[in-house]
Amino acid sequence: MADWINTIIQGILIGGLYAMFAVGLALIFGVMKLVNIAHGDLIVLSAYVALIVTQSLGLNPLVSLVFVVPIMGLIGYILQRGLFNRTIGNDLLPPLLVSFGLSVIIQNGLLELFSADNRRLLAGPIEVATIKFSDAINVGVLPLLQFVLAVLVIGGLQALMFRTAIGRSFRAVSDDPRIAQLMGLNNRHIFGLAMALSLAVVALAGVLLAIRANFDPATGPTRLIFGFEAVIIGGLSSFWGTLVGGVILGVVQAIAATIDPGLQILAGHLAFLLVLAFRPQGLFGRVA
Amino acid sequence: MLDAPLLKVRQLEAFYGDFQALYGLDLELKTGQVVAIVGANGAGKSTLLNSIAGLMATRPEAIELAGERIGGKAPYQIVAQGIALVPEGRRLFPSLSVEENLVIGGHMKRPGPWKLARIYELFPTLAERRHHPATALSGGQQQMVAIGRALMSNPRVLLCDELSLGLAPIVVRDIYAHLRAIIADGVAAIIVEQDIQQALKIAGHLYCMLEGRIVLHGAARSLTRESIAAAYFGV
Repeated sequence: MADWINTIIQGILIGGLYAMFAVGLALIFGVMKLVNIAHGDLIVLSAYVALIVTQSLGLNPLVSLVFVVPIMGLIGYILQRGLFNRTIGNDLLPPLLVSFGLSVIIQNGLLELFSADNRRLLAGPIEVATIKFSDAINVGVLPLLQFVLAVLVIGGLQALMFRTAIGRSFRAVSDDPRIAQLMGLNNRHIFGLAMALSLAVVALAGVLLAIRANFDPATGPTRLIFGFEAVIIGGLSSFWGTLVGGVILGVVQAIAATIDPGLQILAGHLAFLLVLAFRPQGLFGRVA
Repeated sequence: MLDAPLLKVRQLEAFYGDFQALYGLDLELKTGQVVAIVGANGAGKSTLLNSIAGLMATRPEAIELAGERIGGKAPYQIVAQGIALVPEGRRLFPSLSVEENLVIGGHMKRPGPWKLARIYELFPTLAERRHHPATALSGGQQQMVAIGRALMSNPRVLLCDELSLGLAPIVVRDIYAHLRAIIADGVAAIIVEQDIQQALKIAGHLYCMLEGRIVLHGAARSLTRESIAAAYFGV
């Protein structure tokens, strides 16, 4: 029994990380209908940025977030103004293809610079620290921290979206970009801010992931797929839905792994497929 | 200087791809003046307003506001200069509440008399529904939000595109009564309207468009019903 509880807790906590991958995707798709195929590679890129920062400044990876988050935000803004804005229009396909191209470029650029070696960010004792809830139930401090941060990020984004001027602008531009300009909104700038925000979240998720698991230049697409699945399960129009989507994905994977480790990834994909088949708008999505 | 036009349109042309929608259009609007533009469907009335608002590509010298060339500027720059458009079909933001729709209209924070409280004073029914989604309102109320949203930018020139579209006649009368109150406040306006009677009642000056050209213009009271009808249908 305790084993099961442990497994489910592990699944829930990893789900927070998936939700962090997902919420950046959902934000970008919501504001500018951009399906960012490079999202996973940007997660990996932020891990490498953190690697440079931690090695050159001798910082703990968690402290390096102070630099990595703004750097990735800035990269996001520049990427949007310099690249994606040129592709955005009535057609969904050009931005999608360009993001696919970007994905290939990031992977190969990282391979060129850092080689194909596995890396990991070393965070010290916190990596193995656990909190003991009972004799049989232990929870890792790091996974718990990830989950709490995910909840804070999603809650923060939700508040930003519905309670602030910039969130109002995001929603207006998403509703009707042509008319939004008549309000005095510069869509290109708004899109830039949305991408900056998305990559700031990516930076956080990327660093947390890189403390927890090895990364190399080719790991991006697998991160992307978990993010995508969490978004689709939760429903595109809801940030909290991405958290639920991430948790469902995490729990299904964790349970499957205890049955047979080989089933872990497949079971997650099957859960995603079931949702797609029976509730294509996602659990919390509005019917369009 | 007082008599110099606030808004001057000179030899304005507009294109949708290869299709030319406007041919060398001239138009003037003085401070406090109301100009009506009438014409059949497809005459280019909306294209004219969209060009002034910056939604269409134009040559810099084609549009001047208070002596400054604004043609070809981005819409967000033009609203900052004091031109606001109430678009055809209202086009409210469905994800935003009534109040958010109004507030976002004031995004540029141009100084002036129009603030949220004053919009609610003008349209008290909107104050009651301020937290409703904008698209949950009736057509007439939505039109009030669209007008209020434009006013929130404290425009010098208000462009209104077919305020009566899809509204019951009694609602149209109400909307125009409100518009009269707004104009009395000193804002200049260009009103595009299919309903000639409505247009003549509010405007001092009338332009009639046909196939992308101005075919008739003059002081509203100097134009006869017959001459307008002839210009309207191009006979």
